Amino acid sequence: MSHVFEVTTLVDGQAEGMSLVLDEPLSLWGGLDPHSGRIIDQRHPQMGEVVSGRVLILPSGKGSSSASSILLEAVRENTAPAAIVTAEMDGILALGAVVAQEIYGKAPAVVVLSGADYKTVCKLAETKINVTISNDQLTINC
Amino acid sequence: MFLTSTDQSLLNGDRGPAAQMAMRILVTMARVYGAERLLDIESAHIDGCLYHGDSGIDFAQKLVDGGAQTAVPTTLNVGAIDLLHPEHFQGTAVQAEKASRLMALYQKMGCQPVWTCAPYQTTQRPSFGQQIAWAESNAIVFANSVLGARTNRYGDFIDICAAITGRAPDVGLHRTENRRGQIVFHLQKIPDRLLEEDVLYPVLGYLIGRRSVSKTPVIVGLPSTAAEDQLKALGAAAASSGAVALFHAVGVTPEAPTLDAALQQRPAEQEITITLEDLKNERTHLSTVPDGKISVVALGSPHFSLDEFAQLRPLVQAHPPQTEFIVCTHRLVLAALQQRGWLKEFKELGVDIVVDTCVVVTPIVKARSGVLMTNSGKFAHYSPGNIGFQVVFGSLEECVRSAAAGRVWRDQTLWEE
Repeated sequence: MSHVFEVTTLVDGQAEGMSLVLDEPLSLWGGLDPHSGRIIDQRHPQMGEVVSGRVLILPSGKGSSSASSILLEAVRENTAPAAIVTAEMDGILALGAVVAQEIYGKAPAVVVLSGADYKTVCKLAETKINVTISNDQLTINC
Repeated sequence: MFLTSTDQSLLNGDRGPAAQMAMRILVTMARVYGAERLLDIESAHIDGCLYHGDSGIDFAQKLVDGGAQTAVPTTLNVGAIDLLHPEHFQGTAVQAEKASRLMALYQKMGCQPVWTCAPYQTTQRPSFGQQIAWAESNAIVFANSVLGARTNRYGDFIDICAAITGRAPDVGLHRTENRRGQIVFHLQKIPDRLLEEDVLYPVLGYLIGRRSVSKTPVIVGLPSTAAEDQLKALGAAAASSGAVALFHAVGVTPEAPTLDAALQQRPAEQEITITLEDLKNERTHLSTVPDGKISVVALGSPHFSLDEFAQLRPLVQAHPPQTEFIVCTHRLVLAALQQRGWLKEFKELGVDIVVDTCVVVTPIVKARSGVLMTNSGKFAHYSPGNIGFQVVFGSLEECVRSAAAGRVWRDQTLWEE
């Protein structure tokens, strides 16, 4: 079955991958190990999950502006998510992706969903799904 | 989004590939933030010179290779190594080499190597109303609040893009309407004597930062005599526990001659009363362990000013440290210490003076673990996570006398009613 959502694109790009839904906001600085792609925030419910190549669905980023550096470092190490879907405009995540595109010629797409759509997506993601992002549209096949 | 012909020409690559990339990043981010245009900035302060990983070097190298030069006076924040005293660095030779390589790349772009988190206490002091693009949380809050200059919370990458293009997105704190105070903190029955003590300011800042998160606080009840270094400590603590980029203190800071002015004639979103009891509780939040043995005293976050050294001098003369004792500052203050003959004195008394960097961003402390004592709210906040030290917070005198005793010494009268 296929679902399509309208999204606001912060950073362009196409992506396809398994989703990973985070129950809480994540600060990449101190929360993501760019060498392994693993979530290392001890207090985070998805601690230990690997974000690499996934479509990372999270309510929002948070914390230090150094999060952009961590995302860039993850792109350099090939451990970054394939795309980031969030419910809030996040300049820090967008900046990391924009700079990654400039420096390494690749970057996760970063898109924002409306609050209601975000909730729907989180429910769909409870099963194995495949996600595609293209042209301000998020397509979910499950 | 509206772009001027100069913006457009940078975007077209007329000033070389680095300026083109910087403008491209800036325009993309301006769109993300919903800006309708860019504005001219008069100075920049860069945080990106602190080594976090090789991608930071790749980014700076690409800019240098593309002929990047700053378009406005630009200062550099701390790096990961004290270039004047590299022997302080406790990390590996590879880390040291990468840290200095990154610092050198930013210098090549024309940035001034002041290597300080307190650029407002060097020659680069923005004036009231100036539009600037600054990184480093304590410098941002000081420039906005104490000087009345205007900057958003810039950080890695976008800071240097603003410096190279001389432009920034016209949003947020660059605009008058967004500088309005939102949460009012009323100081209630705080003893006059305590209001003059330096130790009050980081504690108050820490509390306000935690309660404000990213809203703009207004403080009512601070004395008009509050010193610059006290406001510096307040802002740094508030920007550590919260995302405070601007605070107003009625009768003290330039955009708050009255409460009404600070609120821009609108009602407060929230009013909070702060009592002596609240401050005492907050003071205990700043320590992570009970009073006991300490391994090191670290001062100077933000970087120590000459005035602060003048306060420290008689204290360490009376109570020379018997414990590792580090003060972080910048080169201009170091030169002033040397001129006065104080540098030699401090060294002989056992005070290590570190420049260009600080103890929570890079391995400097010789003790491998244990308890770090400080009078800085920012050091107290970041030491446990960044360098794995437990923390005890105290006044300057408490820090000095504790270093002499090897265990925490308390001034019991400090927090009394």
